[in-house]
Amino acid sequence: MQGVSGHSISLPFVPSGCWIYNSGPVGKSKKKNGDHKSALQRSGPDRSVERALSFEQPILEMEHKIQELKSLASSTRLDLNGEVLALEQRMLQVTDQVYSGLTPWERVQVARHPCRPVAADYVDQMLDDFVELHGDRLYADDRAILTGLATMEGRRFLLIAHRKGKTTQERLLCNFACAHPEGYRKALAKMRLAEKLGMPIVTLINTPGAYPGIGAEERGQASAIAQNIREMFSIRAPILCIVIGEGGSGGALGIGVGDRVAMLEHSYYSVISPEGCAAILWKSGDKAPEAADALKLTAPDLRRLGVVDDVIAEPRGGAHRYPEATIVTVKAWLSRWLDELAEVPAEELTDRRYAKFRAM
Amino acid sequence: MAWSRFKKKKNMPGGLWEKCEGCGAMIFRKDFSALKLCPDCGHHFSIGARERIELTVDESSFNELWADVSTVDRLDFVGYAEKIDRTVGKCGNNEAVLTGRAAVHGYSVAFGVMDFAFLGGSMGVAVGEKICRLAELALAEGLPLVIFCASGGARMHEGALSLMQMAKTCGALQRFHEASGFYISVLTNPTTGGVTASFASVADVILAEPGALIGFAGPRVIKETLKQDLPKGFQRSEFLLEKGQVDRIVPRGELRNEIGKLLAYATGGDPVAVGAVAEDAADREAE
Repeated sequence: MQGVSGHSISLPFVPSGCWIYNSGPVGKSKKKNGDHKSALQRSGPDRSVERALSFEQPILEMEHKIQELKSLASSTRLDLNGEVLALEQRMLQVTDQVYSGLTPWERVQVARHPCRPVAADYVDQMLDDFVELHGDRLYADDRAILTGLATMEGRRFLLIAHRKGKTTQERLLCNFACAHPEGYRKALAKMRLAEKLGMPIVTLINTPGAYPGIGAEERGQASAIAQNIREMFSIRAPILCIVIGEGGSGGALGIGVGDRVAMLEHSYYSVISPEGCAAILWKSGDKAPEAADALKLTAPDLRRLGVVDDVIAEPRGGAHRYPEATIVTVKAWLSRWLDELAEVPAEELTDRRYAKFRAM
Repeated sequence: MAWSRFKKKKNMPGGLWEKCEGCGAMIFRKDFSALKLCPDCGHHFSIGARERIELTVDESSFNELWADVSTVDRLDFVGYAEKIDRTVGKCGNNEAVLTGRAAVHGYSVAFGVMDFAFLGGSMGVAVGEKICRLAELALAEGLPLVIFCASGGARMHEGALSLMQMAKTCGALQRFHEASGFYISVLTNPTTGGVTASFASVADVILAEPGALIGFAGPRVIKETLKQDLPKGFQRSEFLLEKGQVDRIVPRGELRNEIGKLLAYATGGDPVAVGAVAEDAADREAE
């Protein structure tokens, strides 16, 4: 590791909070029936896409110093535990400071962070079993949306999740979680299966938006999303939705009509990307921070506006820094609501679902 | 979404002439018939919501409902309140859709018409609310539902609340659908974004005017994403018909009769009689 001195260090390869990943595999390694990995051989996060968030610089510097100190301690056999501990305390304070005052635009950047846990992490760390089910039986299997049967501590449900991937290759394969019509049709077909099997449905939303392309339009992108939204009102099974990263417009809502809808603290949910909004309003993508502000796209704002029911707190420092702890919190929220909604008769579920959105 | 993309080009001096987007011909405004078609190529110019009502429903049968439902700026979005004030003043209606009861060829319907002149027909909470009420009225009174769409999509200025109108309207339409309600959606130029991806696309019969731009993403966004030119006629009605996304393309002058016939089929009326009435009217016009 390069020497670090003073405050004016440049950190081109600071792992932007990914040190948890670097410290070895996290979570239990379980044998899964699912083949979700076969199409997308997963490895560690892709260094090439990592980037440091500018507002995280103070935290990153502290992290770096701690690493330095630790490696110094191990190479020289000096006892630096006291210093390390003090620095770690200080780092937590700095993290607290930075993360208690994030602007909406900074939250968008956290929501998009390449190290933020994605669908595959939730499948690995949260589920005891997963059987992926492919294809819409009409046209193709859209890798941008993952669907399958899941077991989580005895609770069974159908999982539907936008899939982002962790490496560049994976991201390309899942089209950066921008789904085509076949993705939405696959989701709907599997939801009908869940209904038939008497299983609840869990959706993890994380997409910049539905894919804007020629094939997508030819095959009825708008129609596929509209159909999903409409039919989700009729599904006679509990539906839980969590925005875990990006909630990009219709592409998000296409699997987002739920009895209980939550957002991770630093996720965003918006009718248009801040960049798109800025381009229209101010004819300049540079005004994205202002647009992010105006759109009220953060979890607390949307909770206040009644668009989502719950905000799931992230560890201070963000889900990308503490993916394991984040997934534990998500799991707890899911367990609570899966149990609670299991008691509600189907008729009442669909009535309440409609009443909730009708009031928006 | 980006209703501003569809803003009209500046009119010619004095507003006497209009350039045809179809063939480029300059048309003297007084030469327009009520249908507002290009005399040369038949291009369908945009028409206002009130003109649409005149063209479509039985004379003075439109009974407007919920005209007082107006915009609420819940996000306190930069410049939005002023924009709404100006638009209401210009358009004369409170929001981007007119709703009410009407009759077409004698068949009573719940009738909605979007007004593209009102912020590009964009859907915010008020539009969502009126569409919902219309679907609920149709459900309660057992009426067929007819909605003319013209919209750039969801209204950015209302943020995720406008996105939720996609869910709200579809929820109301699901109830209507479950009660075997009959819904005709007419897509006119342009219908894109959140409106296409919600209530416009979940109809039992989807009609489109010729040459209308219809899609999820706007062509500019697609072009920028793909960094390539789009095929000719992409996202136009004819393209959608070929791809199986709409039931019929119907020229503006025939829409009233087509809708009348569909209503006759759906409600146990006599489609042949609607055809005969239409022919009589055409004959009278010819004389």
